[in-house]
Amino acid sequence: MYVAVKGGEAAIDAAHRWTADERRGDPSVPPLALDQIANQLGRAVDRVMAEGALYDRELAARAIRQAQGDLIEAAFLLRAYRTTLPRLVDSEPVDTAAMLLKRRISAVFKDLPGGQRLGPTTDYTHRLLDLSPDAPDPPPAEPLAEPAPPPAPVPRVTDLLGAESLIEPDGSGERPAGDLTMEPVSFPAPRGVRLQALARGDEGFLLALGYSTQRGYGNNHPFVGELRVGEVPVSIVPPELGFAIEIGDITLTECQMVNQFIGSRAAPPQFTRGYGLCFGHADRKAIAMALVDRAMRADELGEDAASPAQDVEFVVSHCDNIEATGFVEHLKLPHHVDFQSELETIRAMRAAAGAGDAGL
Amino acid sequence: MQGYNFAYLDEHTKRMIRRAILKAVAIPGHQVPFASREMPLPYGWGTGGIQLTASLLGPDDVLKVIDQGADDTTNAVSIRRFFARTAGIRTTTRTAEATVIQTRHRIPETPLREGQIIVYQVPIPEPLYRLEPSRAAAAQMHALADYGAMHVRLYEEITRHGRVALSYDYPVMVNERYLMSPSPIPAFDNPKLHMNPAMQLFGAGREKRIYAVPPFTAVRSLDFEDHPFDPRRADAACALCGARETYLDEIVSDDRGGKMFVCSDTDCCESRRETAP
Amino acid sequence: MTLLQARDLRKRFGPVAALDDVSLSLRRREIVAIVGESGSGKSTLLNVLSGRIAPDSGTVLYDEGEGLSPIAGRGEARLRHLQRTRWGFVQQDPRQALRLSVTAGGNIGERLMVSGARHYGDIRATAARWLETVEIDPARLDDLPRTFSGGMLQRLQIAATLVTEPELVFMDEPTGGLDVSVQARILDLVRGLVRRLGLAVLLVTHDIGVARLLADRLVVMRHGRIVETGLTDQVLDDPHHEYTQLLVSSVLPA
Repeated sequence: MYVAVKGGEAAIDAAHRWTADERRGDPSVPPLALDQIANQLGRAVDRVMAEGALYDRELAARAIRQAQGDLIEAAFLLRAYRTTLPRLVDSEPVDTAAMLLKRRISAVFKDLPGGQRLGPTTDYTHRLLDLSPDAPDPPPAEPLAEPAPPPAPVPRVTDLLGAESLIEPDGSGERPAGDLTMEPVSFPAPRGVRLQALARGDEGFLLALGYSTQRGYGNNHPFVGELRVGEVPVSIVPPELGFAIEIGDITLTECQMVNQFIGSRAAPPQFTRGYGLCFGHADRKAIAMALVDRAMRADELGEDAASPAQDVEFVVSHCDNIEATGFVEHLKLPHHVDFQSELETIRAMRAAAGAGDAGL
Repeated sequence: MQGYNFAYLDEHTKRMIRRAILKAVAIPGHQVPFASREMPLPYGWGTGGIQLTASLLGPDDVLKVIDQGADDTTNAVSIRRFFARTAGIRTTTRTAEATVIQTRHRIPETPLREGQIIVYQVPIPEPLYRLEPSRAAAAQMHALADYGAMHVRLYEEITRHGRVALSYDYPVMVNERYLMSPSPIPAFDNPKLHMNPAMQLFGAGREKRIYAVPPFTAVRSLDFEDHPFDPRRADAACALCGARETYLDEIVSDDRGGKMFVCSDTDCCESRRETAP
Repeated sequence: MTLLQARDLRKRFGPVAALDDVSLSLRRREIVAIVGESGSGKSTLLNVLSGRIAPDSGTVLYDEGEGLSPIAGRGEARLRHLQRTRWGFVQQDPRQALRLSVTAGGNIGERLMVSGARHYGDIRATAARWLETVEIDPARLDDLPRTFSGGMLQRLQIAATLVTEPELVFMDEPTGGLDVSVQARILDLVRGLVRRLGLAVLLVTHDIGVARLLADRLVVMRHGRIVETGLTDQVLDDPHHEYTQLLVSSVLPA
């Protein structure tokens, strides 16, 4: 005789224990240390901080370890932790002009004030998988003397173009409208809110959308005006003091895109802009973000908004991978009640069709 | 380089690419699909050009690699090193000495000779992509020589801007049959495509297409009779060699509008300075 | 002199016979209207005759100057060329036929450019003249069609189609979806142009009034078959087939 299934709790506990077991893996292998992850998997840490929307390298390393390397799961852990933190004060907007430049390149000028600094980039490496065996006790490597960064401020490429009025103004001085962590997004969404969504958006999704614009689905003639990576100071104005104090530095990647000019015989043409900014050293994310930012401005710039990357509601609604993974994976939850009603319906329809056939 | 075939690709892959090249040469300007391989350099950074070069090089070839006209730009250095390591062939910066020239975004100023091969790196091989993002639909248009949309685009440019504002990757008609993207070379370089004595090959790795303009083929930039093709060039002389007819790079020297212009083709500029009185 | 001829056309969509043994002829400079209710097969017939879809069986023949020959035998490139130069197709919804982000001038100029026109100034002048012909202010030459009304869009489509003076024009409900007063103006325009340019026209409509105004001959379709055909006035004044009688009698008096 069938007995109603119970034991959900016990099953969950057992699943947790098994997960913990798999997470640790073979006990004879040394456990991963947090500083190994933070030091040697820095790009994973950068990505998790960006999508987790929380700048803390150690916490991100923890999340990566706990998530067994699943970076979306790690970003989820960080995002959930963020919820528990009280919001003490909003910082002043960071000034990327004051960035201590580790890396700074421009694709639009061969040479320019501040020069082209490649920084620690994989750009020109050959992707040849290194198959040399792990040495048991490798000798300590000679530390590379990092070249001194150029003296700040290094003029922005977009400001050089702006000085000749060749590019549209950058909207600096305007306070960003809205805060998507405080109010739900409604459409039409102002540019500041859109950029907030992109900054924490899934890198893969933005990469694909940015790529699609390059292939013709809303092409906007992009050029990387400037890509900067380095530390910027973060300042707050405590109410008790009434003046700004620096509380630390964060590493940011900033991409200024120079895009398709608008204008005509009547209005002098100017290049338009796309902007990308994210935590850590993340060229791909910043460039993709700038492409998608520019694509989403299609309406504002009088362009035909016919492609997915230009559809603001589509992009902003689907770029958060924590929301996405939650809903996609929720399909694994029991749905047998709703499914049962489907079964009844389909049986009834088939019966009706069968009766109809039989009647002929 | 141990464990790798001459010029990295295995012989089977080289044969496949050469067959595609032959097809391309037989139908000037027509895009031939090929089974592009993943290379150790990323898609979009010249893998199509690299595969063409890899399948053409022999031990006696002399290779020049340029990017934006210069031999010492980062990506040109990277690609030249790649072939030096995997093929061990002689490399050069002199256009006149090279048997194979791989280029991104420029045609050398020094006229090419019969017997030379120039390999262009192509990001988007489809000249219609901004008008018709679907490659399947675009393929139909090429098959039926249905290029009305492109002419309409040029008409609209003149209507809106008073001139055709396309300054690079300017579409051309090859052999009066196929519309072709010459790759993002400046419009200034387009006339060099026409009746060139060298073999011109175009490779797009990510998009998986090869096409060709065989020696002495007619290549015409699209225009109107009363708005003829009129490419622009900075109105300046090279600050290093004084040239007034070469394509120039703008170098920004300060943030108060200071700038100077130098030849984009570093080999040509150097040669001019060497022979200057 | 027969310009276009269809012989024994059949076309099924699943269980439905859209065309069931249809034959007809069109002469030079003749205007023929194909009338019938929705589902009669008239649009399918138009699409088969214009080479847009292939019939399951039967042939469509066209005389390019050397006698009738099947259009299917010419190969897709030649058929496409025919459709772009010597034939025209006016669609019911002009938004499907026009490029909405291209100026009015660009839309009209396209067929000219496809036929080899290479002088910007001349193309522009021709386009401006055609705007006047279809009663659109030529000052709107550089405007985008998305700023045009429904009637204007249809007139723009007509200009863009007739600019190369094709000898044969297919029209699918050219005034469908437009206000009655707007319809009347467009029909007047079409009638005048067609006569003046000496075009042959094959027109599909469910509206008897449109047929009466424009057509020399009428073909009545029902369930994929031609039930009656003849001179417009004769068929409308003295319909033989009971279905034609029904159609004629159900027209609201003007």
